[in-house]
Order: sequence, then C-alpha cells, then structure tokens
Amino acid sequence: MRTVAVVGTSLAGLRAAQELRAQGFDGRLVMIGAEPPYDRPPLSKDFLLGKVSADDIALAGQDDLDALAAEWRLGVRAEKLGREGVTLGDGTTIAADGYVIATGAVARTLDAARSLAGVHTLRTLEDALALKQALAAGPSAVVVIGAGFIGAEVASACRLLGHEVSVIEAMPVPLAPVLGARMGAVCGELHAENDVRLIAGVPVAGFTGTGRVTGVRLADGREIRADLVVAGVGARPATEWLTGSGLAVDDGVLVDSGCVTANPRVIAVGDVARYRCPLRGVRVRAEHWTAAGEQPGVAVSNLLAGSTVTHFARHGYFWSDQYGRRLQFAGVATEDVRIAEGDTASKRFVATYHRGDVLTGVFAIDSPRPFTRLRRAL
Amino acid sequence: MIRACSVSELPEGEAVRLAGPVPVSVFHSEGAYYALDDTCSHQDASLADGWIEGCYVECPLHAARFDLRTGAPDCLPAKNAVRTYPVVVADGVIYVDTEVRQDVA
Repeated sequence: MRTVAVVGTSLAGLRAAQELRAQGFDGRLVMIGAEPPYDRPPLSKDFLLGKVSADDIALAGQDDLDALAAEWRLGVRAEKLGREGVTLGDGTTIAADGYVIATGAVARTLDAARSLAGVHTLRTLEDALALKQALAAGPSAVVVIGAGFIGAEVASACRLLGHEVSVIEAMPVPLAPVLGARMGAVCGELHAENDVRLIAGVPVAGFTGTGRVTGVRLADGREIRADLVVAGVGARPATEWLTGSGLAVDDGVLVDSGCVTANPRVIAVGDVARYRCPLRGVRVRAEHWTAAGEQPGVAVSNLLAGSTVTHFARHGYFWSDQYGRRLQFAGVATEDVRIAEGDTASKRFVATYHRGDVLTGVFAIDSPRPFTRLRRAL
Repeated sequence: MIRACSVSELPEGEAVRLAGPVPVSVFHSEGAYYALDDTCSHQDASLADGWIEGCYVECPLHAARFDLRTGAPDCLPAKNAVRTYPVVVADGVIYVDTEVRQDVA
C-alpha cells in the first residue's frame, strides 16, 4: 500500500493516521478535513464556560502532527469517492490505495429554525464560538431543546453562567433509551436541583418570532419564552459525499466487526461508521469519543492486512459533566438496575445493569474509582 | 519529605492521594512505588482513582495513560506529562519528596 487518504481530521481521523504510522505504514499519507484536529467534548462544557480556549482543545501539538509526515488538505471538504479517488471541494482528486472514512456526524437542525436568528446547534468549534458569543450578549431566557447529553451539558453551562434556562424534551424521561428509565429519571432530577426547568414528554411544534426567535411553541399549545435557543437534537452521519461510491450506507457507512467496508481497501471509523458489534450482535453507530479513539487501531490493522483479521469488541463508554457532577456509563442498560454503592438521592452512586447473572452495564455519578473497577468487570 | 502512608496501607494496584496545594498521589504497582501529580494533565480528574496496570495508570475519566516512571502520557487525549517525585520507603513507611519536582518528558 503506497498511499492512504484519511478523510476527516477529527479524533477518529487523527487516531487512524497515528495508527497507520505506528503500525508501520511508511507511504504517502494524505489528511483531508474541513477542520484541524480538535477535541469536541469540551465544546459543550469548559469551552462554553471559558475555562479552556481553542488552543487548549487541539488534539495534537505541532510536533505530534509533524511526526505523522502527512500531507494536509485542511479547510476543504471531500465531495466524492470514486474509482479515481477522493475528489475535493477545490476540484482536485487524490488517488490512494487505501481510504479511511472518518467524516463524523453533523448536528441535526430543526427546519423551522434555519431562518431565525438566535437558534443554535452545537457540534463544531465554530458553533461553540457563535453560541459563546450569543451567551455573552446576555440573553434573558435560554431554551435548550433536547435533554440528551449535549442538551444537558449546554443547559448546565448556561445555568453556571447565570442564565435562566429551560430544557424541553420530547420523551417523558430524558436519556431513557441510553441509561434506562430509572437512571434517566435520576439524571432528569439534576436539572430541577440546579434551578433549570425541565419540560419533558412534549415535542416542540415550532418557534415564534420573525427574524429573531422570541419563543418555542410546544405540541400541547404552550409557548415558552426564549431569546436564545440551542437545539441539541442529535447528529446524523456525514455520508452525503459517498453517494455513488458503491459503498453501502444506511445511517452510517456499513462496516463489518473490523470496521472494514465491502471493499477491503476502505475502512470507516468513528461517528460515521455503523459496525457489526460482536458483543451485542447488532449493527451500531457508537457515537462517542471513546469509540472514535479506539476503533482506528483495529480498522487500520485490517486495512494494512488487506482483510478483516481483528475485530472491534469493546464495550461502549462515555461520560458527561453536568452541574459540577461527573456522569460515566459503560456497556448496555437493562431493566434490571441495582445500586452497587452510594444512593441516588445524593447523586453520588454507582449503578449496575444485569441480564440474569451477567453484568451488562455500569452507570455512576461522581464515583470514578468504583466505576472504573466495575467497568473492568464488564 | 512528607509521609504518605505505611507500606501496609497501600496494597499492590492501589494509590493514595496526598492533599495539598498540588495534590500528589503515590502508586503501588509490581512491587514498586511511584509518586505523580494526581491531576490528569488533560482534564480535571484524579489519577489516584484510575486503573493501575504494569507501569501505567489510566485516567478514570478519558483513559489517558501515564507512565508511572516518567509521568509521560502514551496516548490521547493527554498531551502533557505530569510531574513525578522521588519516593523513599523507610521502616515500613512511604515518604514522598514533594520539594523535588522532576519535570520529565
């Protein structure tokens, strides 16, 4: 293999490049990305709070980047993958023997919101800068749509900055699909405990205002006043550019348990990859930081080997910082939840999920040590 | 030199955090003792809560691994080393010389 093109330069793309070099690839390495490698998780937390700067969240120092000996094509998007290579937004085409698809995901937006000022999403550094600037202007009523992790983190940051905050969640219990109803409810309580109003079980119907948002209309007819709205309603995999590539795409690039597509010269990693998870027996898109960091090692081994010789079989892990508390989750949530340590009332505990005698998942608030030990037992 | 704890209080695979203006932790792994700045250089998390294996400690939050001997990280997300300190064991007691900061890597 003489040339490898890595498309996407966030965590998964950078890690793939590092793994290529670490695993002995000494050919031409081309890094194609709209943005330089930076760490996304702080954007909804410490970055909004002003505790870290754009420089602080760079994923690698210049020395580390130089050590990759790569050709960087930054600030340009990949528009097409075809027989002749990757075609970029500036018209150039890069032919390679191997391709790493690491284009990540794009924040979902609410259609009606596109024409209104004051409605934000949070995915990129640019989004975070815009939101930070809007918050600095002193909005009197912030509404966050979606009580998932991004929504909850943004609500938390806005509250810590002193704003009046409401969170609107379509599901009756926030985070229930991820943490189960019981732990989802515990997390939902964090909002009220920190003087943030949570309105759950009601979808958003639309917005009020002309030119600039003045409120959010709920499906039950209520209207919530808002002069700043943040929509934390999930993300979709960035796969449009793969139309016509011949690769199978269905809510992500379909790859096997080794992150390899039907074409052994093409691998996909991170948020954009929907892989066959050997631990769960289903295809999943592991849309979190840890998977983006861990998948490239496996995928690159397979790319260099020319076939799937190793599999990605790690339990999912993610964390969230909200209202000064640290939430950690690993594995899979089931109905059978037990409190292993602490208590939910104090919001300092470790909960374990079980299927029969098998430990399937661990969730903890402010208990990193026992969490880590139980996570190892998964 | 400050007293960390007695040898019997720090079993293999465990760590103890010493409070102070800059928290320092002592780790016991594979028969040796190491002292490092306790706070992960990536984000606010205590390395004493981490997973100790061989001559590495893995941060409990984001899994950055630090070499207990040098304080250097060996993977993302940490980019910077944490400081290490000399450890002395005398009469069954573990002491750390927090005056001597060893900036490594």
